[in-house]
Amino acid sequence: MKAAPFEYARPKTVAEASVLLGRKGVNTAAIAGGQSLLPMLGLRVALIDLLVDISRLEDLKVVTRTPDSVWLGALTTHAAIEDGRTPDLFNGLMRHVAGQISYRAVRNHGTIGGSVALADPAADWPCCLLALNASVRVVGRNGVRVESIADFITGQYETTLAAGDIVMGFDIPAPASALRWGFAKVARKSGAFAHSIAIATTQSRNSRPTVVLGAAGPRARKLDATAGMIGLGETSEESLRAAIAADLETHFADQDAYQKRMHAATILRAVREMQAR
Amino acid sequence: MTAVTIELNGVKISDNVEPRQTLADFVRDRCGLTATHLGCEHGACGACTVVLDGMATRSCLQLAAMCDGRSVFTLEGLRTDPTMEVLRRHFHENHALQCGFCTPGMLVMARDILQRLSCPDDRTVRHELSGQICRCTGYANIVKAIVAAGRELSGGTEDARPHTDGNETAPLPA
Repeated sequence: MKAAPFEYARPKTVAEASVLLGRKGVNTAAIAGGQSLLPMLGLRVALIDLLVDISRLEDLKVVTRTPDSVWLGALTTHAAIEDGRTPDLFNGLMRHVAGQISYRAVRNHGTIGGSVALADPAADWPCCLLALNASVRVVGRNGVRVESIADFITGQYETTLAAGDIVMGFDIPAPASALRWGFAKVARKSGAFAHSIAIATTQSRNSRPTVVLGAAGPRARKLDATAGMIGLGETSEESLRAAIAADLETHFADQDAYQKRMHAATILRAVREMQAR
Repeated sequence: MTAVTIELNGVKISDNVEPRQTLADFVRDRCGLTATHLGCEHGACGACTVVLDGMATRSCLQLAAMCDGRSVFTLEGLRTDPTMEVLRRHFHENHALQCGFCTPGMLVMARDILQRLSCPDDRTVRHELSGQICRCTGYANIVKAIVAAGRELSGGTEDARPHTDGNETAPLPA
């Protein structure tokens, strides 16, 4: 399990890193925590000429709280979120999600920016950030742009990142009052990639809930029929199951009967947990 | 080749490394420290766990080049660590190893668990240890040893931290 040879560079600024990553005719990859990229290089499912180490760029480590949002720099580790070393405006949701990603030794190095940039369909942060209506800031050769997570992740391992683009971090809006949330996932083994992830959130008493399902298709999706049903105050299991079935048909029609049952179970668990909170 | 200086078990080592060389290969092949075992080499088994800048780390998922200027402790460097001394005794008394291949990673991870959580219970230890694989399946005694070491180090009361393992909720509804 040894990676094929590559060159290594550790640029001192984001601008320098962007130039290196955008070099024409060279297969490049940015490395932050490396907890996904290094296995991929070892297994040789990723082949690169140049590895650009962005793990020490201070501009990507900024964590700030404004009155109406929190900014998490791309290099924020899962462990930092798990331990509450970043501002928790979400009533513990992000800490809870972080603590169940892989294993502690991986969480010590794996970053939220790396997770979203890789866009693994079964990863936790894309689901969570989608449920929290977060936006991502990307810097590249054409300057800086801000996109919603829903627009940024376009498919399985696919994002709008172009050559030379670097994820700077995430702007996550603060809920109006204490966030009510539920989180459920199914994995064959704790720490393994999930087969189903569901997150339900309500920003305040009067606002419409958000329900997100991940690990069920190329990318996480919001389940509008289910959220609408809960928003109407309808809580009977029968109506919720009907709405969930409609959402699964809309976004994840190719899942088999077992998978649909499993997704319905995680969604229901997340919704019930949110309602009980 | 990339020039690195890594502080390994308190001693600064400077060398030129191939960019693709992992920290695990660096400590084993360049430095001859073979307590760090390589099982899967892709982050699944935990046998290669070391301490990097104070954090439990899979050394197969770090490049030596990225560890330039950083501090690494392998099991060899934790010989006189107070937590490790207690753990070692409880591993011995509980017969917490069979073939011994996973043991270095188990010990380094166990030390990390006991430094973060005081006196963890059986359930918490099992969750925290879920990234370490023992192919002899000798988990029962390993867990027992870590719980006992935690009790001794904290002098009694068990940690009440809620357990958060998504796989141990109620069975799936039909």
